Amino acid sequence: MTQANPKKSINIIFYGIGGQGVLKASEACGMAALLEGHHVKKTDVHGMSQRGGSVESGLRFGQEVISPLIPKGEADFIICLHPEEYKSPHGLLRDSGIDLMPYTHKAHEILAENKIFVNSFLLGVLSGYLNISEKNWVKALAQVFGEKRQKENLTFFKKGRQWAKRL
Amino acid sequence: MSSLAAKKVLFSGNEALAQGAYDAGVRVAAAYPGTPSTEILQYLSKFKEVDSQWSVNEKVAFEVALGAAIGGARALYASKHVGINVAMDPMMTSGYTGINAGFVVVSCDDPGLHSSQNEQDNRILAQAAKIPLLEPSSAQEAYFFVQEAFRISEEFDTPVFLRMTTRICHAKEDVTIGKKKEVPVKPFNIDVAKYVMVPGNAHRRHIVLEKRLEDLKDFASTSTLNVAEMNDPKIGVITNGTSYLYVKEMIPQASILKLGMSFPFPDDLVKTFASNVEKVFVIEELDSFVEDKVKALGISCTGKDKSFCIGELRPEHIPLILKGKAQESKLASGRKPSLCPGCGHRMVFNVLKELQVTVSGDIGCYTLGVLPPFSSIHTCVCMGAGVTIFEGLRHAKNNNVVGVIGDSTFVHSGITGLINAAYNNVTGVIIILDNSVTAMTGGQPHPGVGLTLKGEKTKKLSLEKIAQASGADYVDVIDPIRVKDFKKLLTKRMSQKKLSVIIARRACKLLTDKQTKTKG
Repeated sequence: MTQANPKKSINIIFYGIGGQGVLKASEACGMAALLEGHHVKKTDVHGMSQRGGSVESGLRFGQEVISPLIPKGEADFIICLHPEEYKSPHGLLRDSGIDLMPYTHKAHEILAENKIFVNSFLLGVLSGYLNISEKNWVKALAQVFGEKRQKENLTFFKKGRQWAKRL
Repeated sequence: MSSLAAKKVLFSGNEALAQGAYDAGVRVAAAYPGTPSTEILQYLSKFKEVDSQWSVNEKVAFEVALGAAIGGARALYASKHVGINVAMDPMMTSGYTGINAGFVVVSCDDPGLHSSQNEQDNRILAQAAKIPLLEPSSAQEAYFFVQEAFRISEEFDTPVFLRMTTRICHAKEDVTIGKKKEVPVKPFNIDVAKYVMVPGNAHRRHIVLEKRLEDLKDFASTSTLNVAEMNDPKIGVITNGTSYLYVKEMIPQASILKLGMSFPFPDDLVKTFASNVEKVFVIEELDSFVEDKVKALGISCTGKDKSFCIGELRPEHIPLILKGKAQESKLASGRKPSLCPGCGHRMVFNVLKELQVTVSGDIGCYTLGVLPPFSSIHTCVCMGAGVTIFEGLRHAKNNNVVGVIGDSTFVHSGITGLINAAYNNVTGVIIILDNSVTAMTGGQPHPGVGLTLKGEKTKKLSLEKIAQASGADYVDVIDPIRVKDFKKLLTKRMSQKKLSVIIARRACKLLTDKQTKTKG
């Protein structure tokens, strides 16, 4: 992803409901960016997410990141993990920003019973838009998701990566 | 890219603060769980060298930590903002006694009410207790500020109040960390005039305290915690905490005075800054704490519109504040949380709804009983009030009323209320919703569980025995999924002119695994 101002950070909003791995997805992307050498800031709203409430995470990375909160209208990517939670990205995205919702629909369609991997699939899609090496992605996924289901996470990440920029 | 990559970690503010405290040689840490503060003690509990604990409540935690500091060990207290209210009693006198080894009081405020019953601004409480107030703006600063807080604490012989907010506690960033300092335990020397606050001694200590505040005021003006970043002299912004980050992001050309220590207030520094800029703005979240102080110095400044005293500040608010505009009042949207499917205590609320009982509620998962489909919590004020508001309602001649309280909350501050009800001949039913864990904050043990913060086995408090000893006439224990039996029991107890405690016991479904995994 090319940036007019190299100092400007990449801003990503992840959201969904408790239990979907919204925060994990944001954390994994943040970790990959950190491994790539970026400064990273991430802020979550998850007070009562364990009880099935809405969850949202804002992630920013780049040469310099100041505020952890993404100013309105400056998101580069919006990733909604749950179709029923979807809100119009109007006013949140930059003019050049991308709403990855078509990929969420695709993820739910492809994954069928494996919906717990929607986050990995969408990270794969996202990775296709970002200048972060696959090596660092793999490392970050292993660190953040842990050993449990590591293989499946990676499989669905790679599947998502193949879909990037195709919808 | 960075040569410091090896020392860089992705830390939340809470983790960074805990790591900073550890590196500053903290030896004793005490807290009661509460969002957004919980992770501080959870992180510290990993270190063998730190004697860390979940305390029964915040007053206890504060006193344990203060005692350790007086005893010569660097100590830390942490809680959410409303926890400080519970700890106010010892805190108000701790400035008088001072400390021996460093003592840092961490308050995690929750602007925006992400998970709290109010959005009080605790800066004013540091001022009320007359102890210095430090405010980091990020995880990296939390790491440094807590170390500086321990240093200031010992240099000035005072507890230091370190105020965090949700967006620092729970925001993660790359944090560069340093090395651990070895700080030996100091000897405790008996000093009655300093540590025994009877009126005569307290009077003399108050004189010491006021002198200390003057010294701290001078210190605040020269401390590197307060930084003037001179830029365009046309616009000068005095700011603090995360507001500083929003100001810097949205108006990078502005001259900024960032206050990392705002009590005692750095008068001289603020006057100098104000004289070097054409127009002074004060931008801060919640109350007009700094703004009032700037105005008291006779400096003409523009603060935020009153509407911004409510809720969290966001980057896009900054231009509005500069223009003197109000914010549109907006309630948080999105999916509401609910009692988990499979939670045994859903049944309790079904029965309460069926019986159309007025319910005095409390703080915890079960506060969610207020939401549909249950809609059966009718008051909720603070920890422990499930029992005492119930008593008040009874005194006001409400007959069809019960009190509900969780197990952790009952131990925190429900027991005193129960003793009070028994002592004052109150009759009626109090239901303890016992899921055998502090669930809402993610599953921390408490005295009724029989495990410590570190996962070690310990004495287990019997809720039924303490309820009996407090003076309840009947104490019943029942599994709430036996709905019919529960309903029958509740109806019977409500009809008797006695004080009853019904312990509805069913362990939290989410946490059973986690708990059994703790080391014995």
